[in-house]
Amino acid sequence: MGQGFFLLFAAGAVITALTVVLARNPVHSALALMACFLQISAIFVLLEAPLLAVVQIFVYVGAIMVLFLFVIMMIDVREAMLQRFLPGRNLPALVLLLLLGVEMLALVFWSGRFSAAEPIAPRGGDQVRQLSTTLFADYLLPFEVASIILLAALVGAIVLARKESG
Amino acid sequence: MEVLFALGLIAIKIALLIAMLLLLPLPLTWLERKIAGHMQQRMGPMRVGWHGLLQPVADGIKLLTKEDHIPAEADRFLFKLAPILALAPPFVVFVAIPFGETISVLNAEITLYVSNLNVALLFVFAVIGLEVYGVIFGGWAANSKYAVLGSLRTCAQMISYEIPMGFAVIGVVMLAQSMSLVDIVRAQSDLWNIVYQPIGFFVFFVAGLAEAQRIPFDLAEAEGDLGAGFHTEYSGIRFAFFMVSEYVIVLLVSVLSVILFFGGWNGVLIPLPPLLWFALKVAFFIYVFMWFRFTLPRYRYDQLMAIGWKVLLPLSMANIIITGIAFT
Repeated sequence: MGQGFFLLFAAGAVITALTVVLARNPVHSALALMACFLQISAIFVLLEAPLLAVVQIFVYVGAIMVLFLFVIMMIDVREAMLQRFLPGRNLPALVLLLLLGVEMLALVFWSGRFSAAEPIAPRGGDQVRQLSTTLFADYLLPFEVASIILLAALVGAIVLARKESG
Repeated sequence: MEVLFALGLIAIKIALLIAMLLLLPLPLTWLERKIAGHMQQRMGPMRVGWHGLLQPVADGIKLLTKEDHIPAEADRFLFKLAPILALAPPFVVFVAIPFGETISVLNAEITLYVSNLNVALLFVFAVIGLEVYGVIFGGWAANSKYAVLGSLRTCAQMISYEIPMGFAVIGVVMLAQSMSLVDIVRAQSDLWNIVYQPIGFFVFFVAGLAEAQRIPFDLAEAEGDLGAGFHTEYSGIRFAFFMVSEYVIVLLVSVLSVILFFGGWNGVLIPLPPLLWFALKVAFFIYVFMWFRFTLPRYRYDQLMAIGWKVLLPLSMANIIITGIAFT
């Protein structure tokens, strides 16, 4: 039953991801991206990581996508729908896409890291506790450094967005 | 056989839950109008049925038979999708909400919740955050200035108030040492959390008022300056979807207040069935929502933002620090 659900959600994720790229209307793309994130969080549930699934919804679907939409709603969507995604012909893009695809397939099939020989045992117990000790005890310094970088980026964005006179 | 039985039980619970959530707005609209009437020294609806009891049914028939108008320049797909997006998250949240421990029906112990998630509280906040999409798409798709302005306001408000709301319940999680709502209620069997977490409850309830788009924070539908906010262009059954979703959120904030701060189904003094205690407490909070609506004026938009970021957020952080120092 798990495999069936996995196929369902994976297919959903791929279809919605394609929609993100192919939809002409940026708002429809954003909607498809949101649906894609939901499928991925469902896959997290199948992997017995409910905490990660919820955090995925919380952060990506609930927060980041809303900001995306804010930006999209500021631009003139009707204008944007008439513009081509890439200027010029599609041939160079196609070649690049093929190269990237071949590269990723090669990585997945020849790298030892992605071998499916031994499935990762689901770790039971209190996942919240495990994650918090990992973040706030084992890797405290990298975590804090990452937060400070994010804060600096935020402050930078505000400074850039402010008008000169303000 | 066991699996089939369990699946059937879940299906029955979900069907009951959906029926309850869809039907509850009917008595709630009647109550709201009655309470409004009596607070303003008039009778409220009186014409249809005894003391207007059938008024919600009449309203429902009216909404069902009204023309379902879609503006000419609207994005038709998103315009149709938005009411569903607004309705789905509040319903999904109730999967993780416990209404009590167990009851025995026909010699079988049946739990009064669909699922006891160990990350239930986080799940509730994550899914309720999705509510904002119905608002964004609804406002944007209608291609009307009032609707877009209303939806931008609502989004900014919901995002701003989600943060203090999430911070306010951290104190509760610290006390219960768990994010499971069932565990949180069990941890309150001796003394309710409101005793330890008065600031937390204050922040949570005020943010809840804002999240449910109720007065004094219903800036989204400030009819004086915005028409009706993000659902200006909606009519008929699609408008009813937004209405139902608003009432379900009011119910949800009341239920969460009871579970997180007022001991859930734990009673005091009078020995009543746990489920009845729970329902009574929830009913009280729904009444408080309506009471506020007809006694308080609406805030200005800049005041609303200032309250969220400059008052509630620092208060909720202070609450976490105080809880951390005092109880660990």
